[in-house]
Amino acid sequence: MIYLKYSLFHTTGKDTIIFVTKEDHAAPSTAELVEEDPNDPFEERGLILPNGEINWNCPCLGGMASGPCGTEFKDAFSCFHYSKEEVKGSDCLEQFRSMQECMQRYPELYPQEDEKSPSETPKDSESTDALDENSTSASDQDSDTKQANTES
Amino acid sequence: MLKCRTVWKKLAPLARTSSTLCRQNVRKAGLNNGRIPTHVPTAHMSSGLPGGGGDNLKYALLVGAASIGGVAYAYHTMKGDQQRYQARITELSSRSQKAAAKESVTPIQPQPPAVENTETKATTEPKPEAAPSSQEPSPPASGTEAVATSETTELPPAVGSTPASLKLPSHAPYLLLGGGTASFAAARSIRARDPGAKVLIVTDEPDLPYMRPPLSKELWFSDDPSVTETLRFKQWNGKERSIYFQPPSFYINPEELDSVENGGVAVLTGKKVVHMDVRGNKVKLDDDTEISYDKCLIATGGVPRNLQVIERAGEEVMKRTTLFRKIEDFRSLDKVSRNVKSITIIGGGFLGSELACALGRRSTESDLEVIQMFPEKGNMGKVLPEYLSNWTTEKVKKEGVKVLSEALVKSVTYKDDKLEIHLKDGRLVKTDHIVTAVGLEPNVDLAKSGGLEVDSDFGGYRVNAELQARSNIWVAGDAACFYDIRLGRRRVEHHDHAVVSGRLAGENMTGANKPYWHQSMFWSDLGPDVGYEAIGIVDSSLPTVGVFAKATAKDTPKAATEESGTGIRSESETEDTATSAVASVTPAPVVENKDDYGKGVIFYLRDKVVVGIILWNVFNRMPVARKIIKDGEEHADLNEVAKLFNIHED
Repeated sequence: MIYLKYSLFHTTGKDTIIFVTKEDHAAPSTAELVEEDPNDPFEERGLILPNGEINWNCPCLGGMASGPCGTEFKDAFSCFHYSKEEVKGSDCLEQFRSMQECMQRYPELYPQEDEKSPSETPKDSESTDALDENSTSASDQDSDTKQANTES
Repeated sequence: MLKCRTVWKKLAPLARTSSTLCRQNVRKAGLNNGRIPTHVPTAHMSSGLPGGGGDNLKYALLVGAASIGGVAYAYHTMKGDQQRYQARITELSSRSQKAAAKESVTPIQPQPPAVENTETKATTEPKPEAAPSSQEPSPPASGTEAVATSETTELPPAVGSTPASLKLPSHAPYLLLGGGTASFAAARSIRARDPGAKVLIVTDEPDLPYMRPPLSKELWFSDDPSVTETLRFKQWNGKERSIYFQPPSFYINPEELDSVENGGVAVLTGKKVVHMDVRGNKVKLDDDTEISYDKCLIATGGVPRNLQVIERAGEEVMKRTTLFRKIEDFRSLDKVSRNVKSITIIGGGFLGSELACALGRRSTESDLEVIQMFPEKGNMGKVLPEYLSNWTTEKVKKEGVKVLSEALVKSVTYKDDKLEIHLKDGRLVKTDHIVTAVGLEPNVDLAKSGGLEVDSDFGGYRVNAELQARSNIWVAGDAACFYDIRLGRRRVEHHDHAVVSGRLAGENMTGANKPYWHQSMFWSDLGPDVGYEAIGIVDSSLPTVGVFAKATAKDTPKAATEESGTGIRSESETEDTATSAVASVTPAPVVENKDDYGKGVIFYLRDKVVVGIILWNVFNRMPVARKIIKDGEEHADLNEVAKLFNIHED
């Protein structure tokens, strides 16, 4: 493929256009991507950090850890996460109860839909979190892309 | 006070002379009854007047009247002062009762400047008033106004008449200046990482934090007639939401910030920060309140730029010009669009084009004329390569917009109830209303007082890769000119960048020390046919390589250009070219407009490295694009890289 050098062709001919059919792109790509470092400290992380801890700042959690019931939520979810019981989280009923109590005080923020277990709440939040849908997290799909399709 | 004394001193000799005269005349008149004393001791002064008894009587009357008048006036003034003093005391006590009735902060803010001027006078007034007997007539005259005005307005809580529990916090562990997207993202990040954190957001807008993109997109497409009030829009998944990030119940009152057990986020609206004291770790608001902090974030964004020709054009033109950025601008433009016949948008970038398309769509329902003008050759001329910019311009025109490209505004005048825009090439455009979308001026008001560096190339506060300006001060969002490790120093004005940088700043304010690494993206929609997402440096002056899906008979891409009658229609043509242009790539710099740029990927190169990517009508592939930018590798064949995107699939 011929590259037109930026310095030589400044105004015209600097833009290359290629049309490809499906067949053109049928063969697998030969482009090489750099291998990911799983312990890269700079990378955005998903819900669970490499060291096993919960990433409270994960966009997937929405506002759960930062709102008025954030503390209760963190307590309940941490308990669940580290629970070693056979029925995971069965030793955390107290925390869940106080979390639920707190959430009932803010029906606007935490609409009382069907029973949600904490493992589901992060992703099935009542409304798509504004910060989540427009930024991406390492593990999640790009919900931001769908934002672009609103008018169609 | 002194004036009175001098006046009195001047009057004194006159008074003395008139009084001695008086006495003399009385003696003469009175003692001449009956007998005439042979020997009257002459007590008259050398300055005695040669007048008769009648004149002396007049003088007596004059002096008497004057003295009575003076005494009466003084008495009246004293009484008035005493009354006013009493009224003020009762008012003060009643105010403390009112404050005790748990009012919110906002009513206590009325007319702070007026209060400021009168407050100093008012505090000195009570003392003289307490001793009315020593008061002289004229001074209260100047002071009374001050007392009167301070009685009608409420003093700021700093006076100390309000109970301490309802005062604004004087210290916030985390102080965020600006109430936009970056600030909110930072607040959330801080709360997530620092349990029980107390975060105070200070904003000069009256609204709680909200997202900006729907103001020029989704809100215009809503069917709800009350959308200007509700500010709700439909998302991609069909669900409705408000542009506000969170409802008011999410936040706590600023007054409660200190006392709330688990902390929270408080928003102080309608306050502007005017001074920053970095050594003292505190800021001063426009009402002279001071708030100290441990960590501070500056996320003050910017203000829309205006054209100089419009600023100089006079009030009638300025009245009919909208600088679009905030909720109130959306509301006023919505109203305007229903009441005028013609709107002109100056600016061909993201905001200008989106608004043009939104208004253009509205023009199909009404007879609103929508004109868009800009100096470039086509819409998004500074972002998209020329062929794509031209193609996009055609799409914008299809949305009902009259596009005037290569248009430079020379002057704007108001004539016959119309705005006349004179272009440099001689064209004249008559319109009713102008929307200026010519860029953002980043807000660097605190640079001087805070001793913060401002970037001369990109504008905004200069910060390092960790978004830090100075110790304990971070900057995020539109106002931050930061160092991007991969792409170099830049300043980004997109929503996702505000989110990413806000979140990063919040992390670093809680001790993370992470550099800007996760590349933010942006997107734009121009009508139903054109939707793209982009990442990195997307500048049309860079060399680009665009890989587009060749439309085949089976293809029905979302961006099918059915009305435009482009190449996809003629099957014979596509089959013809399909056989010849297989894998070998022939660089064809200029392509006729007939070709369909339905969907594809465009790479922006700098020294052979991909620094920017546009996903043209191709969605859900942003992680791949992000990876390519992050790698920063030189790829010999970009077509191979393009394969990673599977552009032929949906």
